[in-house]
Amino acid sequence: MNLTLKIWRQKDAQSKGKMVDYKVTEISEHMSFLEMMDVLNEQLINSGEEPVAFDHDCREGICGMCSMYINGEAHGPDRGVTTCQLHMRMFKDGDTITIEPFRAKAFPVLKDLVVDRGAFDRIQHAGGYISVNTSGNTQDANSLPISKHAADEAMDAATCIGCGACVASCKNSSAMLFVGAKVSQYALLPQGQVEATDRVRNMVAQMDLEGFGNCTNTGACEVECPKGISLENIARMNRELLKSNF
Amino acid sequence: MSVLDSKVPKGPLKDKWIDYKNHIDLVNPANKRNIDVIVVGTGLAGGSAAATLAELGYNVKTFCYQDSPRRAHSIAAQGGINAAKNYQGDGDSTYRLFYDTVKGGDYRSREANVYRLAEVSANIIDQCVAQGVPFARDYGGLLDNRSFGGVLVSRTFYAKGQTGQQLLLGAYSAMNRQIARGKITPFNRHEMLDVVKVNGKARGIIARNLVTGEIERHSAHAVVIASGGYGNVYFLSTNAMGSNATAAWKIHKKGAFFANPCYTQIHPTCIPRSGDYQSKLTLMSESLRNDGRIWVPKNMDDVMAIREGKKKPTDLSEDERDYYLERRYPAFGNLVPRDVASRAAKERCDAGYGVNATGEAVYLDFASAIERYGKEQAKIHNIKNASAAKIYELGAAIVKAKYGNLFQMYEKIVDQDPYKTPMMIYPAVHYTMGGVWVDYNLMTTVDGLYCIGEANFSDHGANRLGASALMQGLADGYFVLPYTIGDYLSHEIRTGKIPTDSPEFDAAEKEVTDKINFFVNNKGSHSVDYYHKKLGNIMWEKCGMSRNATGLKEAMVEIKALREDFYKNVSVPGKADEFNNELEKAGRVADFLELGELFAKDALAREESCGGHFREESVELDGEQKGEAKRNDKEFAFVSAWEYKGEPGEAVLHKEELEFNEIELKQRSYK
Amino acid sequence: MSGFFKSSIGRKYAMALSAFFLMFFLLQHFAINILSVFSPDAFNEASHFMGTFWAVQYLLQPILIFGVIYHFVMGFYLEIKNKNARVVKYAKNNGAANSSWMSRNMIYSGLAILAFLVLHFIDFWLPELNTKYIQGNMSGLLADGESFRYYEELVHKFVNPIRVIAYVIAFVFLSLHLMHGFSSAFQSAGVTSMRKEKLQIFGKAYAIIIPLGFIFIAIYHHFNH
Repeated sequence: MNLTLKIWRQKDAQSKGKMVDYKVTEISEHMSFLEMMDVLNEQLINSGEEPVAFDHDCREGICGMCSMYINGEAHGPDRGVTTCQLHMRMFKDGDTITIEPFRAKAFPVLKDLVVDRGAFDRIQHAGGYISVNTSGNTQDANSLPISKHAADEAMDAATCIGCGACVASCKNSSAMLFVGAKVSQYALLPQGQVEATDRVRNMVAQMDLEGFGNCTNTGACEVECPKGISLENIARMNRELLKSNF
Repeated sequence: MSVLDSKVPKGPLKDKWIDYKNHIDLVNPANKRNIDVIVVGTGLAGGSAAATLAELGYNVKTFCYQDSPRRAHSIAAQGGINAAKNYQGDGDSTYRLFYDTVKGGDYRSREANVYRLAEVSANIIDQCVAQGVPFARDYGGLLDNRSFGGVLVSRTFYAKGQTGQQLLLGAYSAMNRQIARGKITPFNRHEMLDVVKVNGKARGIIARNLVTGEIERHSAHAVVIASGGYGNVYFLSTNAMGSNATAAWKIHKKGAFFANPCYTQIHPTCIPRSGDYQSKLTLMSESLRNDGRIWVPKNMDDVMAIREGKKKPTDLSEDERDYYLERRYPAFGNLVPRDVASRAAKERCDAGYGVNATGEAVYLDFASAIERYGKEQAKIHNIKNASAAKIYELGAAIVKAKYGNLFQMYEKIVDQDPYKTPMMIYPAVHYTMGGVWVDYNLMTTVDGLYCIGEANFSDHGANRLGASALMQGLADGYFVLPYTIGDYLSHEIRTGKIPTDSPEFDAAEKEVTDKINFFVNNKGSHSVDYYHKKLGNIMWEKCGMSRNATGLKEAMVEIKALREDFYKNVSVPGKADEFNNELEKAGRVADFLELGELFAKDALAREESCGGHFREESVELDGEQKGEAKRNDKEFAFVSAWEYKGEPGEAVLHKEELEFNEIELKQRSYK
Repeated sequence: MSGFFKSSIGRKYAMALSAFFLMFFLLQHFAINILSVFSPDAFNEASHFMGTFWAVQYLLQPILIFGVIYHFVMGFYLEIKNKNARVVKYAKNNGAANSSWMSRNMIYSGLAILAFLVLHFIDFWLPELNTKYIQGNMSGLLADGESFRYYEELVHKFVNPIRVIAYVIAFVFLSLHLMHGFSSAFQSAGVTSMRKEKLQIFGKAYAIIIPLGFIFIAIYHHFNH
C-alpha cells in the first residue's frame, strides 16, 4: 500500500519542531509499524536526508522503549499493543498517518519522535523497591506463602513496561497509572508492607515534582495501556496514600 | 602450558566455592568507599552486579544505551528461571542441575563454574522473592514450577510468560535503591566505545553520550562488561535491535580473549520470517513445547495443498501428520533440548516439508493439549458427557491461563488464532553461548576487567538449557562477581582515584573520535543496514544451523570483503555531536563485521559437532544414533580462546583443556 | 497531613469529598422540590423548615457555600495546571477513542453549571436573603399573612418560558457533568472495582434521573400555573 506520513521533526531539545509530510510506497500489510518506519528511513538515507529518529529496541512489545502518538493515539489505533507490535494491516492504502512524539511537559522531546522519560526513573528511585540486601542467606522463598490471588494481582500490576502511553494519552498528562501500578505491586505483597508508608508518599511526591498533571479519571490511560494495566491501581494508590497519612 | 589459567580452586567440586569464599581477601567498608567500579550493561547480570556492588559500598557507575536500565533485553526472556530448589520433590538437587547443565551443554563447559552456578541457583529465588518479584504460585500460596526442554524435573520458576521482565525489574528496583542512596550513578543513553588500560589493568572506559554525542571519559578501579550476546551478527535474531557486541569486541581488541564464538543457540520456537523487510524475529517461549506438539505433514501432496491454501492443517488426520520429534526421540519427545529441536525442524524443512510460503515453518499444535485439559476440567467440575465444544472451551481456558500472552502476541503478529489453528514456528538465532573468555573469578585475560552474563562464555558449554540464561545472569551479578571482584579490589585500596587525563585516556579517546569522524565524513552510497543485512545473510547461510568447511572458508572470505566494502562505501547521515542513530549502528555493525569473521574461523577450527555447533562432516554414520551430531572428545574437549592480533582472521587460538572429574563424558541421547 | 491536601492525590480526595457533599445536597434539593408537584403544602412546610432551622442555615449552608466555591476554584485551578502539563499540543488527538466526551469536558459542563448557579442565585437565593436577613421577615408568609410564600414564588418563576429553557439546558449540562463525576468521585476516593461496577450503574441512573426530575418540575409548573 501507499501512504502519506505526517511526522514531527525536531532537531534537538532546544529547537522548535514542525510536522513534515513524507510518502512511502509498497508497504506490506504484514509489516510492523516500525518496519514501515525503517523503509522510510532507508529511503531518506538513500536520498541524503536525515532519517527520522525514534526509540525502539526489543520490537516484541516488552521493553517499553518505543513510543509514538499515531493518528491521535498512543501506540496507534490497535489495543493491547506497543507501536512495534502494531501492524500495517490496521491501515488502508492511501491513508494519511499522523505521527507525533509522546507529549508532556515531563517528557521533553530530545529529537524527532524521541522523548526523555527519565521522570519515570526518578519516580522509581524515590521508592520503587524493597530494601533487601543480597546476602545469599535471605529466608527461603517458600517460608512466606502468598495467596495466588494476591500474587496474580501483583503480577498484573507489575507487567507495566514503563512506556509512558498513559501519560501521552491522558488529557492532563498524568502519570498516575504508572505510579499506581508500581505502588500496587508492592502494596499487594507482604514483602512490601514494611516500607509501604514511605514508598507511596515519596513516589507521589516525586511524581508531583516532575510536573505531571492531575488525574481526572477519564480512563484513557487504561484503554491505551499496551499491557492493560487497570485503573483499579490508581484507586489503590489513592487508598495507600490516604492510609499513609492517618 | 597454555597461557590460560582458569584459576579453579583446588579441592572437591562441592567444596570449591565455599572454600574459595572463605579464603579470599576482603575490602574493609571504609576502603570500599574509595573504590570505583564501572558496569557496562544493565540487564540481569549488569543490573544485579551494580546493585550488589553498591550495597557493599563501592561507588558504581552503570552504562546502558537504552533510556533506562529497565529496558535491557533480559526483559524479553519469557519462560522462566531454573533453580535447584526441589520444591516439587521430583528428585532435583544441586548435583542434578549441575549434571543437566553440563550434559545439555554437550560437555563443553567448565565443571567448577557450572557447579557453582547450580549451587547459588536456590539463593536467586530467595533473593528475588524478597525483592517482591511476583512469581507464579499455586493455590496453597507456594511457588509453582514448570518443566523445560532437556531435563526430567520441574525446576523452572516463572512469572506468567514474562519472567525476564519481572526479574529485571527486580534487579532494577535493587538498583533504584542504590541510586537513591547515591551509590550508583546511572549513565543512560550512553554507549561504551572502548576500554582504557593503564599499566596492563583496566582503568576506565570511553563512552559516548547518545543524546549529545559528547565523548566522555570515566575511570574506575575495575570494569565489568555485562553487555549481552552477539546474536545480532545474524541481523535477524530474537535479540533487541540495539543489542550489540561492541563492548565485548572492543575489550577483545584490547587483550581479552574471545572464547567459542561459534557456539550459537538457534531457538526452535520462533515466529517464521514473513518477508525481506523483516527487522527482527520474535521468540515464542520454549514453555510452549510443554503442551504443544510439533509436526509437519507426512505426505508431500498435503504440504503443497497447505502452501497453496487448498487445505488447512486442521484438515489433516492424525495418520497424515508426522510428529517428527516424538518419532525420532521417544524418550524426550517435544521436550528435547533446543539445538536438537532446531536441527530436526531444519531437517524436515530442507527435505521440503515446510508448511508456509517460504518453506521454512513447522506446526506447533495445541489441539491435543486443549482436549486433554478440557477432559481434565470436565472431570474436576463433575460435568458428565461433556460435549466436544464444552471440552474445547474448558481446555482453551487452561491454555489461555498458561500461555495467554504468548498466544495474543502470536495472533497480533501473524493474524491467525492459535487456539483454532496450529501455530507456525521456525528456529531463529536466540542466544550466544560463546563470549569473552573468563576465569573462575569471571575476570578476562585483562587484569581488572570482568565479564558476566551472556557476554562471557562460561557456563553453558556448546548449548544452553532453557531457563538457564536468567539463572546465570543473576548468579554472576548477585552471588559470584561481588565476591571475586572483592578479592581483586582488596589490592587496590592504596591506588587512589584514577585520573582521566592520562596519556592512555587521551589515546583511547582519540581512537574513538577518529572512528566516529571517519563514519560521519565517509559519504558512501549504502546504509549501515544494507551491510548488516548482507552480513546476516552470510552468517545464516554459512554459519547457521549446520556448517561445513567449504562454507565456513567462503564465509571468512566474504565477510572480509564485505568489511572492506563497508569502510569504503558506508553512508552515515548526520553529525557526530548530535543524537545520531545511524552513527551508533555504524559502530556496532563495524564490530559485527569483525566478529563474524572470527566466528567462522572458530567454527572452521572446531571439526566436531557439539551442542549448537553442527558440522556436517561430523555425524554418526550408523547405529541407533545414525544422522545425529557426533562429538569428538578426544580432540576437541577444550575451550577455544582467541587472541586478537590486528585482524580477526589472524587471531591466535589458545586452548583451555576441559577436565571432567565428576561427570563421565557420554553421547547425548534423547532417544 | 498538611502535605496530603497539597499532593495531587490529596486534591483528588478533596474534589471527591466536595463532590459527594454537592451530590447529597442535590438529592435533598430534588426531594423537596418534587413535593411541589404533589403537594404545595408539604413543599411549603419543608421549605420553611429548611429556610429557618438554625442547623441548616448556620451550619450546612456555610459548608455548602464553601463546598461549591472549593469545587469550582479547585476545578479551575487543576484544569489550568493540567493544561500546563502539556506545553506543545498534539496536532492530531483522538480522545474519543479512549474516553467519554463527558470525562474530557468536565470544565465546560462545570462552567455551564456555574453560569446557571449565578442565575439561580439571582432568582431565588438573593431574594431569599433579602427577605429574611435584610428586611428581617422570617415568617415565610405571603403579604396576606395567611399562607406560605414558597410555592407561590416557585410557580411564579416558571411562568417565563426563557427561564424554563435556560433551566432545561443547564440541567442537561448537570447530567453530563454527573455522568462522569459520580463514578469519578468514587474512583478518586479509592473505591474498589467490585463495587465500582454497581456504582457505575447507580451513578448513571443518578446522573439521568435527578436532572430529568428538575427539568420535569420546571416544565410542570410552567404549564400548570
